[in-house]
Amino acid sequence: MSASLLTDYLRIYYGKLFPYTDMYKWLAYGNDGKHPGCDSSYFGRREFSFTIKSDRDEVYLRFQSFFNASEMETSIKAKCPTKIDIGAVYTVDPAKRHAYAQSGFNPIERELVFDIDISDYDDVRYCCSGADTCLNCWPLMTIAIKVIDTALREDFGFNHILWVYSGRRGVHCWVCDSRARRLSKEQRSAIADYFHVYKGGENSLKKVTFSGPLHPFLARAYTDVLKNEFEKWVSTQKLFEHEERFHNILQLIPDESVVSELAEKWQGNSVRWEHLKHMLQSGSKKTQGLRRCIEEIVFSYTYPRLDIQVTKGMNHLLKAPFCVHPGTGRICIPIDPKKCEEFDPTSVPTVAQLIEELNTNASIGADSDVEKTSLAVSINLFRTCFLEPLSKTCKDELESAYNTKIQQTKDSLNW
Amino acid sequence: MEIVRSQRRNGSDGSGSAASLPLYKTAPSLEFRLDEFGQYAIDRLRVLKAISDGLSRGKKPEEMDNLVGELWRANMKHQDADETLRKDIISHFVLRLVYCREEEMRRWFLSMETALFRYRFRLQNAEAQKSIMNELQLQYNVLGNAEYETIKDKLTEAARSVYFTSNPESVFYKVPFEDVPELVANRRVFILKGFAFVPRSQVVSLVCTIFRSNISKALALTNRKWRTMIQDQEKDRLAPMVEALGNIYLGPDYSKPQDCAEISLKDINQLASTSFPLCMRHLFGKLREDHHLKHQGRMQLGLFLKGVGLKLEDALAFWKAEFSQKVGAERFDKEYAYSIRHNYGKEGKRTDYTPYSCQKIIMSTPSTGDHHGCPYRHFSEENLRAALNKMGVGRRAMDDIMDKVRNRHYQLACTLTFEATHGTSCETGINHPNQYFVESRKIFQSKVNLPLVKFSQQFCLA
Repeated sequence: MSASLLTDYLRIYYGKLFPYTDMYKWLAYGNDGKHPGCDSSYFGRREFSFTIKSDRDEVYLRFQSFFNASEMETSIKAKCPTKIDIGAVYTVDPAKRHAYAQSGFNPIERELVFDIDISDYDDVRYCCSGADTCLNCWPLMTIAIKVIDTALREDFGFNHILWVYSGRRGVHCWVCDSRARRLSKEQRSAIADYFHVYKGGENSLKKVTFSGPLHPFLARAYTDVLKNEFEKWVSTQKLFEHEERFHNILQLIPDESVVSELAEKWQGNSVRWEHLKHMLQSGSKKTQGLRRCIEEIVFSYTYPRLDIQVTKGMNHLLKAPFCVHPGTGRICIPIDPKKCEEFDPTSVPTVAQLIEELNTNASIGADSDVEKTSLAVSINLFRTCFLEPLSKTCKDELESAYNTKIQQTKDSLNW
Repeated sequence: MEIVRSQRRNGSDGSGSAASLPLYKTAPSLEFRLDEFGQYAIDRLRVLKAISDGLSRGKKPEEMDNLVGELWRANMKHQDADETLRKDIISHFVLRLVYCREEEMRRWFLSMETALFRYRFRLQNAEAQKSIMNELQLQYNVLGNAEYETIKDKLTEAARSVYFTSNPESVFYKVPFEDVPELVANRRVFILKGFAFVPRSQVVSLVCTIFRSNISKALALTNRKWRTMIQDQEKDRLAPMVEALGNIYLGPDYSKPQDCAEISLKDINQLASTSFPLCMRHLFGKLREDHHLKHQGRMQLGLFLKGVGLKLEDALAFWKAEFSQKVGAERFDKEYAYSIRHNYGKEGKRTDYTPYSCQKIIMSTPSTGDHHGCPYRHFSEENLRAALNKMGVGRRAMDDIMDKVRNRHYQLACTLTFEATHGTSCETGINHPNQYFVESRKIFQSKVNLPLVKFSQQFCLA
């Protein structure tokens, strides 16, 4: 799609469909109300960045900020950005940062974010590579969502988690609890490392090594998700039918005698995998490093591969939900983690499709333009699964913080 | 300094009780003498520097434990436990003043003090540890029995994944996960709904995080106080000492080479190529090439040559031979000879200047036209590789050296260069260009069987 065609579409999309009010309500975290505890400067201290592409060049504008939804809407409609990124909330309005000493401009709040890209799995998927994805390999993303979402809720106790399709080949995760927004760099780093299992660059052969029994988090991921998903993967990717594919698996086994024995005897597909499992799990071979070999193989292929740097930084900018992906035209819509197996990346609405729906349904009566298109489903999901529970929590937290403050002032006056 | 209650306790036995490991929460109202101010700080600094060295050499935890124990005994311990505590507290607060003044210094001090605290805390007995935790107001609750039962199997599972045996601990602390980032990062602890369940044995991590955070805040406060108040108030008394302590080099000063340690001009080229460290080689080379060096370069190289044994008359001849090719003999005599004589203590207030230590050289910043400073710090990777190549450093050593440089361990990089070019190891590490020279000569002379060079070694402020 040419840049000028994209811009035409975007003009209509931003004009009639982009959910400004919902985005504002989300990012204000309750500060958009009339309650005396609200901080009206909060939304204005959030950094946004715009990428504006024309046929000739690409302009990147950082440190954009808006006082409220209406200002944000005006700016987006005027500039028509091909991409909108969301950054951190700073100590002062980013647009006015030069008025302050360098030490006075710092990020103070930022969602905990994760970025998972299917192209990071190119060495284990044979149906697609690079920016492509299909229904055969998309399950890797489903696995990532399940493992990480469960851990974020169960282990870390977070509740307000938004998963978003990145528009082409991956997913983003936004953890929005206030506890998450206030994490320091060190704490984000710790969480990223907690999830970091697949390690090593292209030069290391074995990227997952377990020297002993698995930590409860890993054990749960294995039992609940990875083990069965790997079985499916074996069949959809025909891992044991092609020599160069099962060769990669054999390379993960740290025992030459086992490897040669297997290589000699193999004939059918599923038989090979069963055979391998049996050999490694029977315990007849006592070589060191074999005890966890099956788990290591399963994790190597299926365990989520995160872009660690995205999670560790406090001012890393991440694409906003409901943007249009410039390459595919698809909308970055939310994914319900409880139903993530049902998500089909190939049927996500494109901006062209939405505009056509608008035209087709022009005469139908509806509450808004959005209702006339398939975007309505996504907006609804965003509100019911994420925004409403979040707003309620924010309201409660604001009120309780305010009441505590009032009580403290009263107490200090009393004596 | 704030005046608050003293941290002295009664009846401390000095070995395992909490009294022997202070938390430095508030400056003590102890009185002490000005000479104790300097000396106590230096002793503590020795311990911290050795820890820093040990860590950047990648020493294992057990080795570090031993190292810290020895260092503490050698530098800080007193027969009287109360005296040890007093010195401990005073030296910490003095160093806080010294190291609060800049970002890099604060970071270093914070890391080393936390490391020191960690090792010392681990050596305390369980009761002492508990009492320290109480003092830190760790609200962390011991896990109650009922809750323990519900998660017991997960706790065991987590313990097994860390220790590979099920060695069931029974005392756990329920702690918000944000407070134990290291344990979370390495999956060394079971977490549930935002809480980490830390076994008593892992409590060290917890405590150290809090210690570190407290000292960090204190350093920021001290810095502000120093800048706005104390520096001015103390400008004639403490401020000069604080400056000096910040620049301190702790080792032989190489100012007085003796007897046969003289070198003669005819040897100098050869000595430069075999025994000069890179910084001096570079200056020497540039001098030969340009027949000139700017002031700082002349100081750095000139004092080094003095330390190496070049006599004043020879030094004058050497510099004159070079400079007159550029500026002429007359101008040399008029403008440059004086400062060389000055370096040797023959002019002005007759101070016998000491050759610069690595620390001093690393901290200086060359700009256009300068060739002084530490090449490991200032050369681009490409140029550094080329320079080391000319010295004969092999490829494997080169990669190790570059790794150290990237991690800003310039002295270690120089040490590795020494080891690569001399074919031996240098356990003590290079801290001074003259030390590099001396060690190098030792090796060469032991190969040629010449009488060994003797040096006097004195400890003092640089």
